[in-house]
Amino acid sequence: MTRFLDLSATLDLLGYDFVQHALLAAAVLGLVSGALAPLVVARQMSFAVHGTAELAFTGGAAALLLGWSVGAGALAGAVVAALLLGLLGQRDGERDSVIGVVLSFGLGLGVLLLWLYPGRAANKFSLLVGQIVGVDSTDLALLAGAALVVLVVLAVVYRPLLFSSVDPAVAVARGVPARALSPLFAVLVGVATALGVQTVGALLVLALMVTPGAAATRVTANPVLATVLAVVFAEVAAVGGILLSLAPGVPVSGFVTGISFLIYLACRGVAATRRRRVAAA
Amino acid sequence: MSEATTVAEARAGGAGPSPLVRLRAARLAYGSRVLWDGLDLDVAPGEFLAVLGPNGSGKTSLMRVLLGLRPLTSGTVEIGGEPAHRGSRRIGYVPQQRAVDPTLAVRGRDLVGLGWDGHHWGLGLRGRRERRRRVDAALAAVGATRYANQPVGLLSGGEQQRLRVAQALVGDPDVLLCDEPLLSLDLAHQRVVSELVARRAREHGTAVLFVTHEINPVLPLVDRVLYLVNGRFRIGPPDEVMTSETLTELYGTPVQVVRVGDRIIVAGAENGGGQHHVQETP
Ligand SMILES: Nc1ncnc2c1ncn2[C@@H]1O[C@H](COP(=O)(O)OP(=O)(O)OP(=O)(O)O)[C@@H](O)[C@H]1O
Ligand SMILES: [Mg+2]
Repeated sequence: MTRFLDLSATLDLLGYDFVQHALLAAAVLGLVSGALAPLVVARQMSFAVHGTAELAFTGGAAALLLGWSVGAGALAGAVVAALLLGLLGQRDGERDSVIGVVLSFGLGLGVLLLWLYPGRAANKFSLLVGQIVGVDSTDLALLAGAALVVLVVLAVVYRPLLFSSVDPAVAVARGVPARALSPLFAVLVGVATALGVQTVGALLVLALMVTPGAAATRVTANPVLATVLAVVFAEVAAVGGILLSLAPGVPVSGFVTGISFLIYLACRGVAATRRRRVAAA
Repeated sequence: MSEATTVAEARAGGAGPSPLVRLRAARLAYGSRVLWDGLDLDVAPGEFLAVLGPNGSGKTSLMRVLLGLRPLTSGTVEIGGEPAHRGSRRIGYVPQQRAVDPTLAVRGRDLVGLGWDGHHWGLGLRGRRERRRRVDAALAAVGATRYANQPVGLLSGGEQQRLRVAQALVGDPDVLLCDEPLLSLDLAHQRVVSELVARRAREHGTAVLFVTHEINPVLPLVDRVLYLVNGRFRIGPPDEVMTSETLTELYGTPVQVVRVGDRIIVAGAENGGGQHHVQETP
């Protein structure tokens, strides 16, 4: 138990390049996924994020097998997934099943690719549940570049995207190109997901792409404030999760998802007390 | 222009200010199914036009044509002298819809603000002050200031509908299209929303097309009625259109229009329209 709170061991580890890389990657990831999360929640895309992450995993596994950069592979997989989901599932009723179909196929393929990979087992496992040593400096540059692109594009399309997410009928009448924005947003989510696959792993990307948004929208209906809160929540979960995992040397994902979940519970609690107080008043 | 002349000219049909909505020989068909054909319609500034008709008669489709979301099969449609096109700033729109998703996490003022500049790219930081001023004014105009900061999903249907009207009006449109804005409102709120819209038409010279199944709340306010049934239609003042003879002719089956006090009850229309269509208010 003391290992969990071993401050000096943690400080020691902070001197290592790979730890610093991991923290930077987590910070970048927290920023991007926090910024996207409220929109992911408003557009009810949790399942799409999960499906995209699965295909990012497939891409990463393929890259591992072929000896390419895992980051690039994950990115390619996620973008292909996002485009597929965006194009196949335009109709709302169809989206759910299309994601299920694509997701299961991607996951199966990824497992096959990993089985074919002759390298260390730890590498394989890390794609699914995350492993901080997985981020080298090339990956980091790719992450940062991709994150910057996502944030810039998001800033440009933010208002019409919010409009078509919360009020599609009026947005379309107002000339918002909703049909082009859907796949575009799916690609942004895909890129962010690919970044997440390398830090928290494919299975747990939801902890950063969905949970902070769900928590933030529990406590505020102000979209700007919700975005700020979601970014803060995602940063705390991602960076805090890594810091906590250093000394005990356990996988980061348990801490990241745990913190994220606790924040969500706290936000639900805040919302519930607030409602009760309003009802009492 | 004064409200008296606007409405008088609208009633006289033509020789006044140029119409804001103009349809000529308009025809809309889905495959072999003709919704309406040969529709000539001018709506003048300040005019309040009620669009009535049974389910599936093409009322929403007419709105979509005016919004430029659906092309006419033939004929022409102009808004303020220009061919109708998608995203026109001159049109305010209250869509036909159910109450919003209760988990939707935006405030009333955000919904109205999106009506002001939600179609613009970028974050819109520079226009923040103007946006706030506009939104506050629009909220005040519909009496929604009190609940403007609450999540839209938690508001009642009537409160949401007022926000919808504020959203449609925030851009100061010349033409206001309301598609069943009275849906799911009680009688008192039907009156409030109808009067809100009618006042807007009077005071700002806005041309209003108001789709509704509830005739009575709007009847004292409307200048003309467009009644659509099964590909046929009739345009005119309520006194001319809402009669047993005219509706019997439109529906092709006997229809009774009964006046009870200041209310109208239309009976028998359900047979011709194929759908339930009895206007009765408690
Ligand atoms: N894109 C489309 N393709 C084919 N038919 C359509 C399309 N859109 C509408 N219709 C048909 O056109 C008819 C008119 O639809 P519309 O929505 O305009 O009716 P409405 O008068 O608004 O009815 P309601 O009172 O139920 O709202 C309906 O029968 C509908 O099925
Ligand atoms: Mg309709």
